Amino acid sequence: MAVKLLGIWQSPFVLRVKLALSLKGVEYEYIEDDILNKSSMLLQYNPVYKKVPVLVHNGKPMAESLVILEYIDEIWKNHPLLPEDPFEKARSRFWAKFVDDKFVPMIIRMLRITSDQKDNAAKETREILKTLEGSLDPNKPFPEDKSLSFMDIAIVWVGYYTQMLEKMLDVKLLDDENTPLLNTWFRVVLNLQVIKECLPPFDKLLTHYTNFHERHTTAS
Amino acid sequence: MGNESEIRLLGTAASPFVNRVQFALNLKSIKYEYTEEYLARKSELLLKSNPVHKKVPVLLHADKPPICESQIIIEYLDEIQPDLFQLLPSASLDRANCRFWAAYIDNKFFPLYEELRRTTKKAGQEAIKEQMIEATKLLEEAFVKSSNGKAYFGGDQVGYLDVVLGCFVRWIKHVDELNDFNTFDEVRVPELAKWAKNVSSHEALKSVTPGIETLVSFFGLLHIYKPPYQ
Repeated sequence: MAVKLLGIWQSPFVLRVKLALSLKGVEYEYIEDDILNKSSMLLQYNPVYKKVPVLVHNGKPMAESLVILEYIDEIWKNHPLLPEDPFEKARSRFWAKFVDDKFVPMIIRMLRITSDQKDNAAKETREILKTLEGSLDPNKPFPEDKSLSFMDIAIVWVGYYTQMLEKMLDVKLLDDENTPLLNTWFRVVLNLQVIKECLPPFDKLLTHYTNFHERHTTAS
Repeated sequence: MGNESEIRLLGTAASPFVNRVQFALNLKSIKYEYTEEYLARKSELLLKSNPVHKKVPVLLHADKPPICESQIIIEYLDEIQPDLFQLLPSASLDRANCRFWAAYIDNKFFPLYEELRRTTKKAGQEAIKEQMIEATKLLEEAFVKSSNGKAYFGGDQVGYLDVVLGCFVRWIKHVDELNDFNTFDEVRVPELAKWAKNVSSHEALKSVTPGIETLVSFFGLLHIYKPPYQ
């Protein structure tokens, strides 16, 4: 097929690309990569990072989820993801980058957090989420399937994976007192059809990362 | 785009990220008003304009809200003025390639220099230098592919990656000198070494490259605010 996506089921970055392709109705072949035995295909297509997602279009590979999203938006013109206005584009890119720069390192930390560090890390995460809430315009209606944008796709996974962390570590991260608008936004958007269809199963994700956490916090 | 007061840039002379934006503004002949920020005493305007990161560069365009993050600013400039000196290439695949390497440069390559600046133990320093050697190998390959035998990543003309990486050349040279290293070594990375000389001497970048005193002074500040690791 002209479009191939190399991914792993648990990756939120792969999820972003799946959402973009799904919204634009692009047919693609999904190839699940084995994270412990990285395929030669992955090493060939992404020699720099050796990571998924990798999108291959007409034989040409590309990596980095946000870079892939921009490419997809340029090639398939239906259901535009980025706004037309250059300033609004800049704003979308800013918040997508914020999630990658601030939230991703936090979640990586949380997945290895020891019980004595947990509360501090949870507090920092709540602060990051509070800042992220600032990206939302309270006067704008919540997105629907047909209006999901670049920024929505870049951000929505944060809600799902945060809920998973809350269960896994027994901490409060998404707080109706701290981030009421963000909480509502996540609740609404995670319930949209096209999003639900692409999300990895919650229990499977929880089990997977609970095991991960155990492996990384138990002395061998 | 002739009205000088339309575009305002908040920056600090020593910051390569600020130089990056200035390089782009100069290439596109966009007139702008520049305000020097003193990072030890951030202005009200800066704190209000970039409440999320409290960092420079910040671009203010007419009465629009501020735009932050240097690469995002440059894409914005390319979009509001596409006809004069386009920085990103037209073909989507080439754009994806530019964005990929731009992300690599900011997320993987340049942080090594901050790491080196803050690492005092010899073993740690050697490990970082090894990573720098690997990284420049990759960048050399990327340059050869992208330049197609010409002087710049962008070909005959300076392009997006020349701006994204070019702004770091002077800073890197300074860190190199402090650490007995040569990033753009002519034997190890011959094409990149040639490129580094070319881009540094480009008027649009040379005119905003900080002098040694500015750099030394700024490194002094960094030593206080982001001190060496214990």
